[in-house]
Amino acid sequence: MTSAATLYGLAGAALVGIGLYGLAVQAHVLRKILAFNLIGSGVFLVFGAVAGRGGGAGGGDPVPQAMVITGIVVALSATALAVALALRLFRETGRVTLPPDPPAGARDG
Amino acid sequence: MTDALLPALVLATSLLPALVIFLLPEPAWRLRTAVNLAGAAAKLALVVVMLAGVAGGATYELRLPLVPGLDLLLRVDALALLFVTLSAFLWLLTTIYAIAYLGDGPDQSRFFGFFSLCVAATTGIALSGSLITFFVFYELLTLSTWPLVVHRGDAGSLAAGRRYLGYTLGGSAALLLGILWLESASGPVEFTAHGRLVGLDAGLLRGCFLLMVGGLGVKAALVPLHAWLPAAMVAPAPVSALLHAVAVVKAGAFGITRVVLDVFGPGLVQELGLGLPLAVAASFTILYGSLRALAQSDIKRRLAFSTVSQVSYIALGLALAGPVAAVGGLVHLVHQGLMKITLFFCAGALAETLHAHRVEELDGAGRRMPLTMLAFSIAALGMIGVPPMAGFVSKWWLGMGALQAGQPWVLAVLAGSSLLNAAYFLPLLHRAWFLPPRDAEAPAVPMFRREGDWGLVLPPVITAAAALAAGLFAAFAFSPLGWARLIIARDYGL
Amino acid sequence: MADGLADGPWAELLVALPLAGMLLALPLGGRQAHRLALLVLAAGPVLALLLAAQLWQGGVVGVALGGFAAPLGIALRADGLSVLMLLTTAVVLCATGLAARAGFAPRPGQGETRAGLLFWPLLLALWGALNAVFLGNDLFNLYVALELLTLAAVPLVCIEGKPEAVAAALRYLLFALLGSVLYLLGAALLYGAHGTLDITLLAARLQPGPATWMAGALMTAGLLAKTALYPLHLWLPPAHAAAPAAASAVLSALVVKASFFILLRLWFDVMPALAGLGGATLLGGLGTAAILAGSLLALRQERLKLAIAYSTMAQLGYLFLMFPLAGGGTEAQPWSAGAWTGGVLHAVSHALAKAAMFLVAGLVLQAAGHDRIRALQGLGRAMPVAVFAFGLAGLSLMGLPPSGGFVAKWLLLTAALASGQWWWAVPMLAGGLLAAGYVFRLLNPALSAGEGQGWRPVRRRWQAIPLALALLSVALGLAPLLPYLLLGLGRSPAAEEGLG
Repeated sequence: MTSAATLYGLAGAALVGIGLYGLAVQAHVLRKILAFNLIGSGVFLVFGAVAGRGGGAGGGDPVPQAMVITGIVVALSATALAVALALRLFRETGRVTLPPDPPAGARDG
Repeated sequence: MTDALLPALVLATSLLPALVIFLLPEPAWRLRTAVNLAGAAAKLALVVVMLAGVAGGATYELRLPLVPGLDLLLRVDALALLFVTLSAFLWLLTTIYAIAYLGDGPDQSRFFGFFSLCVAATTGIALSGSLITFFVFYELLTLSTWPLVVHRGDAGSLAAGRRYLGYTLGGSAALLLGILWLESASGPVEFTAHGRLVGLDAGLLRGCFLLMVGGLGVKAALVPLHAWLPAAMVAPAPVSALLHAVAVVKAGAFGITRVVLDVFGPGLVQELGLGLPLAVAASFTILYGSLRALAQSDIKRRLAFSTVSQVSYIALGLALAGPVAAVGGLVHLVHQGLMKITLFFCAGALAETLHAHRVEELDGAGRRMPLTMLAFSIAALGMIGVPPMAGFVSKWWLGMGALQAGQPWVLAVLAGSSLLNAAYFLPLLHRAWFLPPRDAEAPAVPMFRREGDWGLVLPPVITAAAALAAGLFAAFAFSPLGWARLIIARDYGL
Repeated sequence: MADGLADGPWAELLVALPLAGMLLALPLGGRQAHRLALLVLAAGPVLALLLAAQLWQGGVVGVALGGFAAPLGIALRADGLSVLMLLTTAVVLCATGLAARAGFAPRPGQGETRAGLLFWPLLLALWGALNAVFLGNDLFNLYVALELLTLAAVPLVCIEGKPEAVAAALRYLLFALLGSVLYLLGAALLYGAHGTLDITLLAARLQPGPATWMAGALMTAGLLAKTALYPLHLWLPPAHAAAPAAASAVLSALVVKASFFILLRLWFDVMPALAGLGGATLLGGLGTAAILAGSLLALRQERLKLAIAYSTMAQLGYLFLMFPLAGGGTEAQPWSAGAWTGGVLHAVSHALAKAAMFLVAGLVLQAAGHDRIRALQGLGRAMPVAVFAFGLAGLSLMGLPPSGGFVAKWLLLTAALASGQWWWAVPMLAGGLLAAGYVFRLLNPALSAGEGQGWRPVRRRWQAIPLALALLSVALGLAPLLPYLLLGLGRSPAAEEGLG
């Protein structure tokens, strides 16, 4: 049981790491969104590990599982919004990447 | 009950008109004028009531807690009254003058709204009984003056406004730091109990004094913090009067007075060795301002540098720390105000009526506008210090005080300054009275019609008369000198 | 009667009513949605005041929804800090809702628009989410509330569909999602280590350890990204500038404060003992950098809304000075918890002032069709009331009296000097001067002479809305005693004693 939880935890951490890397490095908006989902999945795995480890009789602590389900719903809505915005960006400007830097200096809009 | 009510009422007499005027539509000229004058007259009446009370030993106090340990405190003592009387009297005249000066120009609701706010702030400064209260009103003054400085809205005014804010807000930051540093060591400082600072670290006290006087020195136009003042002369003449005589530079000088007399106390200032450096800085400012005034050919700029010089007499008198010199400094707060406002009123009238902006354009002005030039001459002679004018009284007490304090070099500063004053004022008088007008054709209008609007003539005549009277009747108890002696006697416990 | 009022379900209503309104507004359609929304928004200040009365009479309000106690049920908790934020939120949203009618209420004779339909439910969702944040007492519920907030705020940015707004919204969303997922990871670790996420229970059970440290760091980092603290601020200026003015007002005034509020809860209520000197100093240092960088960038902007947005970045920096200063120099202060109170007051007065500024910017856009600062000559004559409101709001940003910003700065500065940490006073004073620089730079052309060419007139009652907000931020400086007393109710002991 413990070793499985550790495995979940480590896998979760690895997913979070890969996701962070992707979010920082990838320019394509869709890839950034996927990277965010990877991080999310990693976090849910960590929750799973927590649930499994804290488990008594009958297969673990139900509270983290409830949290994971809520988290998945939230992540799904966020992803949907992000994809919608990315599509909108593509239709309006033909770009699939964000402008390199926000207009920091003097620029008329 | 009236003890707490009076300070609030005095403040309200300019705060309420400000709010009402902001709400008035632009064309409501009559109503605006009525509100303005009613506020100014009511304030003057209330001040007279308090003068009688304080002379009899009463104090008025109003305390509003903000958060625990942070009170707004209005307290009327003799020194507060010295300043508030001056500003109330001059505000009434400046209002009359400003109404005539602006005529039917644009943005008058904005102008007079901020004008009243400015005087409310000055009243608050005069009546404030603690450092935090002083700072609150001091900042209100800075902010309410800015729209007046940039009133014309042209590039020059805006540039002057920027410079004004840059200097004064920088000064405020230093002042705030000084106040907070001091209070974090001593607790909230009120202007009554002496000796609360005894026992604090001398380095901390010196640092705080430097920050506070440095911050106040910006408004008091101590060199090298003075450059905003000559720049701000682009503002309309009533605003110049406000800046130079009623409110702004006076607020700085008054603040220095409070810090020296009521926060640190003259004894502690001397003990810390701070009196002499301040006296030297003030002396330098006096001579530097006069020298720069000599070189100006624009009348208002010359007057502005003259202010830089003259206001430092106040700081000089307090820095010398003897009671006699302090009387000289305090009385000059009033005398300089009366004389300088006369000069600016006249300069504004000359510019309006004769379009005379530069020194050489004054030729023959005495024949064209005799009353205005008479007032101008009285004030200018007073500035030079010709007996028995008001300026002479100030310089006499300052000189005696310097001898009493064992600083005879100050006499040389006073003498040099008087010579320089004469050098930059007498040519103006000579041109006005003894040279023929430049454009020979003299307008064929009866004598007193030539002067222009009476609202531009009456105020300087009154202030000139007051300046003359302040000198002639200096020995009376309710003269500025008599009142200054009362303040110093109470403060030094004589 | 007082008893009945004081026992009412005000906290529950504050969360439920906006969300119910949101659900109802969508089927009602664009013509009715704004009426419903304004009605619901108008109830906000009343409910918040009732909750304040309840708190005043009976102390900290705790509610277990549905009768399920923590750790199983959802717990709401209202202390002084919550109630003050709820009140601010209700007031700002009311004003914004009124002002937003100009852009999003259906015009007679025109069909309903997509933006007009969506704006009002989104505004209500945002309000519900904010209330849930301020009332939440469970770190996971706070996560859900924060996500709901993001999902409502991001569409508001690009509701008008301008391309640059879409890009800004997407960048905002990505930052916010990264922030919340880091927060969630921290929450998972905390749950793993302590078996609860209820703030009260967690505070009692908290043990130092690598998992707790890691959780604290992750959650803090996530919340900083959402609060746009330097150097995680890149998303804020374009998003706040590109949004329609009414949305910008809410985003700048309230939304960034929500994540900051959770940060306060985390540091002061959950783990005050663990937050060492280093962490607090780091936050203070980043706050300092935000003040200086944000102000300097605000000074360089050519467009009004961008300048205001950068000013938000700077003003948020002051909030982070609370962490190193809390508890500093208590013996020299006659009041307790000076720095903490100062920080919270700063958040409130900035909310009021910044909302006023963005609403003025909205009026400028409406009247002039652009917001290029250089081309605003004659604004002072075209809309004097709005310019006056802008100036009053500017007082609070500059920290000059009389304003809430001044009292806040006074409290923070006193704490800094009295505790000998004078170096925190320097950025505060410098930030005030820089703020004066950018506020007056915006006012300068407005007061300069010349009639604006082709200004569309703006009626006085539209200008009165930002004026009311600005006056409130001034009133906070004239009467800070009530909020001060309110904040004392249920305050974390760490606010008085300091962190660590």
